[in-house]
Amino acid sequence: MLDQSKKEKITSDLLRPIRLTTSFKAWMGFLTVSLFVCLGAYAIQLKNGLIETGLRDYVTWGMYISNFVFFVATSLIGMLISAVLGLSGAKWASPLARIAEIIALAFAAVAGLVIVSDMGRPDRLLNVIIHGRIQSPIVWDITVVTIYVLISALFLYIPLIPDLKICSEKLDKMPPFARNIYKVLSLNWTGSHEQEKIIKQLTRAIAIFIIPVALAIHTVTSWLFASTSRVGWDSTIFGPYFVTGAFVSGSAAVIIAMYFFRKNYKLEDYITLSHFDKMGKLLVLVSLIYLYFNLNEYMVPGYKMKKFDAIHLNSLFTGTHALLFWSVQIFGLVLPIILLVFNKMRKPLPMLVIASFVLVGAWFKRYIIVVPTMEHPFLPIQNVPLNFKVYSPTLIETMVTIAPFILVLLIITVLAKVVPIVSIHETIEELEQKNN
Amino acid sequence: MSEQKENPKKNSRRKFLEELGLVGVGSILGGSAILAGINYDKKKTDSQRIRVLTAENELLEIEKSETVKVVKTKYENLTYLQKQGRDGLAGRRFVMVVDLSKCRNARKCMQACQSAHHLRPDQHHINVLKMEETENTPAFYMPKPCQHCDNPPCVAVCPVDATFKRPDGIVLIDNERCIGCRFCIAACPYSARIFNWAEPLNAEVEKDIVYNVELNVPQKKGTISKCLFSADRLREGKLPYCVSACPNGVYYFGDENEDAVTNGTTKETVRFKKLLEDNAGYTLMPELGTKPRVYYLPPKGKDYPFQEGDKPEAEEHLHG
Repeated sequence: MLDQSKKEKITSDLLRPIRLTTSFKAWMGFLTVSLFVCLGAYAIQLKNGLIETGLRDYVTWGMYISNFVFFVATSLIGMLISAVLGLSGAKWASPLARIAEIIALAFAAVAGLVIVSDMGRPDRLLNVIIHGRIQSPIVWDITVVTIYVLISALFLYIPLIPDLKICSEKLDKMPPFARNIYKVLSLNWTGSHEQEKIIKQLTRAIAIFIIPVALAIHTVTSWLFASTSRVGWDSTIFGPYFVTGAFVSGSAAVIIAMYFFRKNYKLEDYITLSHFDKMGKLLVLVSLIYLYFNLNEYMVPGYKMKKFDAIHLNSLFTGTHALLFWSVQIFGLVLPIILLVFNKMRKPLPMLVIASFVLVGAWFKRYIIVVPTMEHPFLPIQNVPLNFKVYSPTLIETMVTIAPFILVLLIITVLAKVVPIVSIHETIEELEQKNN
Repeated sequence: MSEQKENPKKNSRRKFLEELGLVGVGSILGGSAILAGINYDKKKTDSQRIRVLTAENELLEIEKSETVKVVKTKYENLTYLQKQGRDGLAGRRFVMVVDLSKCRNARKCMQACQSAHHLRPDQHHINVLKMEETENTPAFYMPKPCQHCDNPPCVAVCPVDATFKRPDGIVLIDNERCIGCRFCIAACPYSARIFNWAEPLNAEVEKDIVYNVELNVPQKKGTISKCLFSADRLREGKLPYCVSACPNGVYYFGDENEDAVTNGTTKETVRFKKLLEDNAGYTLMPELGTKPRVYYLPPKGKDYPFQEGDKPEAEEHLHG
């Protein structure tokens, strides 16, 4: 058996961040103010219409839709780390499971709001339910994203129950009402053998169920594009292309979160160098798969250069979008793969920098998928002002694009403040298993 | 305890009721089957066969007694104009033929259309494009309205049934239903759809007008608009706005079921199939399988050359 003092150290280490600090208040204040500024921009858009954006009749989807794809993509990491790695018995990943789940829940929930920011008539949102047509990929997307948000919430909550009990017992500096909330949420957890068994089975069932749902959300998101006949979107590999790309941006997001939680919450003993090493290798793996899909997606039509494909691909390879296209491919994909192969680079600080490049690259990759295609329809764009032909986002549009990021940071910050970011229950359990 | 004692009694009563019920249902079913059989025979004996023309232009012969009166619309809570707009004109299959050899880039069609549908100068239901398909083939002007596809990609992707295909072939948009997701714009390969990014042109003046789906007026902020084949004019038996406005005889408009199309300028009516046959008519991008209802006659022997300086990009449209 594990001795009591060790257990108490783990508990107190992991519970320590759960208190109001000045830096937390300052960070929350900053996020809240920024969010309100950006919501002000959205209010202007609501009043005047989408004319406030750089979107026009030809480039009719832009930053908002790129943002939506990016958010759905990043949320897939919860499924990869908690479900796939968990089910395949990769024990090293279990301390990262909660971070991954919080990221998944935050990004998936906010993705639903991002799509509303793109709507011309958000006041008619309920029409999707009242008059929903099953033939439309948008209806599929709304259905699966909603299911994914609900399952992700359960996937976060159920393994959390034992920790909530610990919180209600050990957080004696908390006001009574807060401890009561923990108590109610812990659902009379006693730690009995019976209860342990129920939680294990439930967690496993959710882990299995979440895999097809997660694959579905991003596959269906890719079909929003692939279901049209437009050049650059009319592709049969869009589903797996998007899913593998999702793992790249999600892994990068987890690495960035790991760095900050480890440093700010002083969790060096729990989120270790070995975790960074393994996450680095995981990022190399998923990036290589994504690179392979990129090669297929651009080289195959690039070899043939059919009439309309050629216009599109020339703008990416050598034309107006070339700088962005090659920057994303090189700094967001190829260089990170090469660098992360070296042991020295799989350390926290270098990985923070590399993962940031990957994440920014992942956002612009979505932009590169959405915007250039819309600039190259089959028939010429004529008799319209110049800003119909070339998309240039406005300030208001940029602020409305930033708002969801602030919201995600707010959700992650709050969740990571009220629950232990690494599972106490599982950490103790695993140590016990090791000792036996 | 007392409940348990009562149980056998209760059970026997329930059983009796069940059996009674079975007998009852059985006899009703049997009786109605016999009755239906008699009725069927009766119908057979005084049969009267009639011919009906389906919306797909197929002539069928069926028993008159088998016909059911069509319940015109399943949509509730719609205004009369919305219902009428969704039902369309019975028995018609509208088609347009655009003779590219006649187009002189007069743009009267664009003007008539924009004024009928209250559009801004940069909003086009119909747009006259300068086409330069390859280096060595001569350039020509091509008016491009909505193609009113029989397999419309825009209708397929609409999440709320705001855009729909009528039995008479016209694709319309209900801007009281549209949520402004613009998936239809993304799906349309012909760039036929536009969006009301800002408050429409006459928003203040028209805010009390009852919305007419067949004219799409008043236009509404945050919703889609597109060519309607002038469904409101067709209901009155008139030719579309663009067709009547053309001074050069470019447009023919008519009914595929009648195999007749009328030229908007000369008012001459010709056989639709023959017109296509004689002039090698075609549709835009047939390889996409959208089955357009707008046909083109090639710019063969056009008497009006493509002129570089001729209304370059139509200056009046370049500033919204």
